[in-house]
Amino acid sequence: MQLLFEQLLNGLQLSLTLFLLAAGLTLVFGIMGVINLAHGSLYMVGAYAGALVASKVGGFWLAVPAALAAAAVVGVAMELLVVRRLYARDHLSQVLATFGLILFFNGIIAWGVGRAPLQMDMPTLLSGFVELAPGLPYPTYRLAVMAVGVVVALGLWYVIARTRLGMLIRAGSDKREMVSALGVDIAGLFTLVFGLGALLAGLAGVMVGPIRSVQIGMGEQVLITTFVVIVVGGIGSIRGAFVGALLIGMCDTLGRAYAPMLLKLWLSGPLADGLGASLASIMIYLVMAVALVLRPRGLFPAGG
Amino acid sequence: MSAALILDGVTKSFGALRASDNVNIAIEANHCHAVIGPNGAGKSTLIGQITGEIRPDAGRIRFFDQDITDWTTPRRALAGLGRSFQITQLCADFSALDNVALAVQARQGHSYRFLRAAHSDERLRGPAMAALERVGLAERAGTRVDALSHGERRQLELAAALASEPRMLVLDEPMAGMGPQESERMIEILQSLRGKVTILLVEHDMDAVFALADRISVLVNGAVLTTADPAAVRADPAVRAAYLGAPAP
Amino acid sequence: MPFSRQTIAGLLIAACLIAVPYAAPLMGGNYAITLATRVVIVAIAASSLDLLIGRGALVSFGHAAYFGLGAYVVAIASFHLANDIPILGWAGSNEALVVWPLAMLISGVAALIIGALSLRTSGVYFIMITLAFAQMIYFVFVALKYYGGDDGLALNSRNLFAGERITDARSFYWISLGALALCLFIQWRLVVSRFGMALRGAASNERRMAALGFSVYGYRLVAFVIAGMMAGLAGALSANLNRFVSPDMMGWVRSGGFMVMVIMGGVSSLLGPVIGAATYLLVETALAGWTEHWEVVFGPFVLLVALFAPRGIWGLLRGRACE
Repeated sequence: MQLLFEQLLNGLQLSLTLFLLAAGLTLVFGIMGVINLAHGSLYMVGAYAGALVASKVGGFWLAVPAALAAAAVVGVAMELLVVRRLYARDHLSQVLATFGLILFFNGIIAWGVGRAPLQMDMPTLLSGFVELAPGLPYPTYRLAVMAVGVVVALGLWYVIARTRLGMLIRAGSDKREMVSALGVDIAGLFTLVFGLGALLAGLAGVMVGPIRSVQIGMGEQVLITTFVVIVVGGIGSIRGAFVGALLIGMCDTLGRAYAPMLLKLWLSGPLADGLGASLASIMIYLVMAVALVLRPRGLFPAGG
Repeated sequence: MSAALILDGVTKSFGALRASDNVNIAIEANHCHAVIGPNGAGKSTLIGQITGEIRPDAGRIRFFDQDITDWTTPRRALAGLGRSFQITQLCADFSALDNVALAVQARQGHSYRFLRAAHSDERLRGPAMAALERVGLAERAGTRVDALSHGERRQLELAAALASEPRMLVLDEPMAGMGPQESERMIEILQSLRGKVTILLVEHDMDAVFALADRISVLVNGAVLTTADPAAVRADPAVRAAYLGAPAP
Repeated sequence: MPFSRQTIAGLLIAACLIAVPYAAPLMGGNYAITLATRVVIVAIAASSLDLLIGRGALVSFGHAAYFGLGAYVVAIASFHLANDIPILGWAGSNEALVVWPLAMLISGVAALIIGALSLRTSGVYFIMITLAFAQMIYFVFVALKYYGGDDGLALNSRNLFAGERITDARSFYWISLGALALCLFIQWRLVVSRFGMALRGAASNERRMAALGFSVYGYRLVAFVIAGMMAGLAGALSANLNRFVSPDMMGWVRSGGFMVMVIMGGVSSLLGPVIGAATYLLVETALAGWTEHWEVVFGPFVLLVALFAPRGIWGLLRGRACE
């Protein structure tokens, strides 16, 4: 029971982290029609910037703004130099170009920082445990991550539902002419949205730093999971990204915790271990496959 | 007299909009039946339901004594329901001949033939060239579609529809965007088909409609206002009020 | 004009590929032959992917799965034979003429199942679902500790080919080149056949094809299976070349690599993917020999190709004639 509760919280924390990444990715796809495989690289940039500042300059609290700034700057540069040229191109060119970007970012970090994983220390303030219920301690840091995730989700909802920027975002790519007829600088809007997505990715990266090790390739792993999230949710839909993130985050966490255990009820020995481990790691892909077979455009198809 | 196509209470809504409102139309075999109506009357939705791209909410569609309401578009096509599109839908990177050859190929059964070159297959080329000649495009056979003029593409649409030897042709504004000469040529071609194949003609060009149609249905706000002979439609005051908008000559 | 630029390029490529074993002694011997063999094998996989991307407009982002499966079939059959442990009542085999067709069969069956589900979607959803299925297969093999899991599985020796050993670099090169020639020949015929017309028509205008009476799903699925089988054969050859298989062979980086080759070489052109595979591997090898951080140069190279040469090298060769 206690384990289940802990796993549920872990699942929630993963879900909220995934949502930070999925929100940016789904906006960029929904508004600009670009598949950005390099979104995971922005996450990695955030994590590395955070880890480096934390260890070299000192302090988690300096690392967070540094990570946000680094991811946003890299994101805006990426939009201005590369992504901008991809708006009018087919998916194939987009996949190829952003695949090239991933290679570049992995290479540049290996060159500048090295291939060894970095560790990032938790801030002392958040390094303890909170007793959620008697006999149920839970790491304060993970709770803080969840809180940030919730705040960002609410903030995004507010921006999109209530502000002029949100109205423009909701108008979406198919009403590009209308938006530009309103006298809005479309190019500037796109850069802004892309930068915002990069910022969120960087935030996710730096927050995950103290939980997992910071290493090359971290972006790709999380990127594929994030794509699963937005595809399940319906590409272009923030609500879909949120529901998708919850579904995938929970399935992944609970699958890893319980799939091997459940299999052991029927099977025994190394076979159960092997199958259980496989099942745990493919759970989210199974969910996605089932979701797409049933609803080929995701749970919340954007744009009608 | 046998009916080629019967629409029986066909109804389709998009949200609050009733695009097809209990449509009942019977089209006799080898007749040319025109459907006219102002923009937004639901003509495109009707065509979509006949060809299978849109599923009706209610009602049945019968094609030569078979209920085709639940059939897919390809199945309807193979049963003899050919069509042309309002906005040309052709394989733009194929030659004119290849576009028509595809229609012949579809008619001749499945295409799970892997090794023999389709280009040198006289069983495809022959009928395809014949269809191109019929619409006057034989000289452009080798030209890629994206190099054809708008009028030529419309002719090619018709050639592809003819090459599939349909029992019924659904023509969605075949004259749209054509110059007067091209329109005349198109009317001529369609005239030559009269009495040989059932035609459902949706068209804004009233000269063409009155020149070709045996019967006319007037569609307004998704519902059939009237179905009658051309002369009766021309004289019908309700039609004038709803659609033609001009006093009787 | 008796010879088009394409024909000349094709003849040149063929001449180069045939010349490799003879020229190899001047260029580092077996190393050059091995590199050329890698090019040839990867070209089989890339060209099979072009059948989907180029001819079918089906952007599959999981093509490495079929490549990896083919490789694992060879490795597993050899593993069971070497360790004297029957698998499902079969002793395993080391005979190419048995295990290579088996590799194609298994890859084909996987492609049939995955394709049948994936082809219900389209566009970006298709890209992502093919990726997801490939990742599933990848993680299954990562978790299969019995066959080495993450660390992969080594083969004791190369397969026998009709009972003959093919350990020497040249004979294996000839076999691989023969396989490439066969695959290209099949594709060449396929593309202009009725089947190819239906597949390309569906890529060009799906609505038109449906209105003519084509059920495009079936044609696409068959193309998916054929491409999967060819990738499986490439995987089987690759397992033999390296005498080693690992889950990385089916990872998404590998799938992305195949896509890069197809586009770099030129989509919808029989020889484009061959040129793409050669360019990719040669540039990668050259860069890797020059600096450990070859990705820093290679990434932007890929990016530039995507931005400025979307029709690939073959498109540049062809010029603007077909624009």
